[in-house]
Amino acid sequence: MRLSVAWIIASKELSIFRKKKSIFYSVIIFPLFVSVGLPLLVHTLMAGSGITSPNDITALLSVINAFAFFFIIGAATLPTAIASYSIIGEKREQSLEPLLATPTTDGEILLGKSIGALLPPLVAIWIGSVIFMGLIDYFLFGELGYLYYPNAVITVNMLVPVPLAALTAVELSVIISARVNDVRTAQQLGSLIVLPFALIYVLGEVGIIPITVTGLLLLSLVLFIIDAALFRLAIATFSREEILTRWR
Amino acid sequence: MIDTEGLTRKFGDVTAVDGLSIHVKEGEVFGLLGPNGAGKTTTVRILCCLIGKTGGEARIAGLDTADEADSLKIRQMIGLLPENVGLYDDLSVWQNLDFYAKLYGLGAREREESIGRFLGMLDLREKRDRPAGTLSKGMKQKVAIARALVHDPGVVFLDEPTANLDPEAAKTVRDFILELKKEKRTIFLNTHNLDEAQKLCDRIGILKTHLLRIGTPEELRGSLWGSRTVIQLAEVTGSIVAAVQQQAQNRVVVEDRRLVIDVTDPERENPDLVQAVVGAGGRIQFVRELAPTLEDVYLQIVRENS
Repeated sequence: MRLSVAWIIASKELSIFRKKKSIFYSVIIFPLFVSVGLPLLVHTLMAGSGITSPNDITALLSVINAFAFFFIIGAATLPTAIASYSIIGEKREQSLEPLLATPTTDGEILLGKSIGALLPPLVAIWIGSVIFMGLIDYFLFGELGYLYYPNAVITVNMLVPVPLAALTAVELSVIISARVNDVRTAQQLGSLIVLPFALIYVLGEVGIIPITVTGLLLLSLVLFIIDAALFRLAIATFSREEILTRWR
Repeated sequence: MIDTEGLTRKFGDVTAVDGLSIHVKEGEVFGLLGPNGAGKTTTVRILCCLIGKTGGEARIAGLDTADEADSLKIRQMIGLLPENVGLYDDLSVWQNLDFYAKLYGLGAREREESIGRFLGMLDLREKRDRPAGTLSKGMKQKVAIARALVHDPGVVFLDEPTANLDPEAAKTVRDFILELKKEKRTIFLNTHNLDEAQKLCDRIGILKTHLLRIGTPEELRGSLWGSRTVIQLAEVTGSIVAAVQQQAQNRVVVEDRRLVIDVTDPERENPDLVQAVVGAGGRIQFVRELAPTLEDVYLQIVRENS
């Protein structure tokens, strides 16, 4: 597999993404909400009830740690918008046949499309996480007397489960997009991926699943196994024979 | 250059192409004629290594379309204009062509030269920065043709290149194909436009799942009937018909004031026929050759096999 060819395809995907304003805004709104909205919420809560004991601090940090899980939820949902458009858009424009006639392999095309769908949400989420950490540190420094972020939990969170969750979303979108002809339907079906992550978030908030480095690495292991299985399915779905004879 | 032997493709129980054997020489323009669903697009897709075959062999320049390593080499040396243009509507004409030129491995200067050349040849220079989605059908087709040729392929597959185009755009495309023919590229043309096939193709195959007939346009026309001479008279009388029948050995049909006569060697037989008519008192208004059109041939062959 030639990465240079995959990158040519990814660059084309990114050029189209820049021209699709609705998709562009949908990718930046969620990270913006999490990175600015949640720290402001924390600030409002602190200002309203006040922090009077070490237990309050512990409870607050636990909530903030769980908030970081929102970035995983974002990573699992945002790529569906681009990945669905990337494939269904090509189906509707009937541009896959000439693309498949070029000296590229199915894997290179799939990789290029995946990079094109992964990069914008990941960049938006990573930038969002930096803003999130900065604001949380700004609001909490007075109470804690030290900078809470960056720490091991959010570093692991942003570098391991976030990309893996984004990959899950892309692979799922490829598989769904092969079977439907409408971008909205594909996005709606793809966004169902949020449900298990939302459940994990709730379980984390109530303390059943610990949002710790170990907990995140275990989640990453599960995501890795799911991604590997979905990758095989996506490769089988994204073959030129399948695309030209079975895709409708 | 393009060789198939017993090429077969089945989709479940349905046979799309059955035992197709054709051999297209380098520099030849070969047309595949056939009704909708005859297997023309399936054949092109197999030859372009887009889908597999279920039987037989297909080779381009000796390379096997079914071999994974060969298929990449084949796709590098061919250009495809599919039935649907398939441009990226949000990208400009230039960006569409540049993307494909990059995929074919052209360097920056080569891309600039090649794209500029085809935009010029196809009168698209002024549209280079327009989003492809805003172009007319004819313009889009021209961009798609430029896309198929941007890497200067030796073999070009054109699947219904003038379908759904207005007459002016269709003529521009046909003229461009004639230019390609002059450049000695091997062209495989799928069409159900008989006039187009006759004008452009060196040889034609008539396909309806299996190959019904193959030959030059002249050979195909000749296969329906030989040649016919039509003599239009001021008046047809019994003595004139008898004189012609004696000369033409009963291969005469009278249609209104016209005698339609089967001839095997028009240049040798026509002077005698004219002399017989004049000798019998006939006043000749016109003499012309009645040759079967490709449409006559096509319709008869397809009907015989339906």
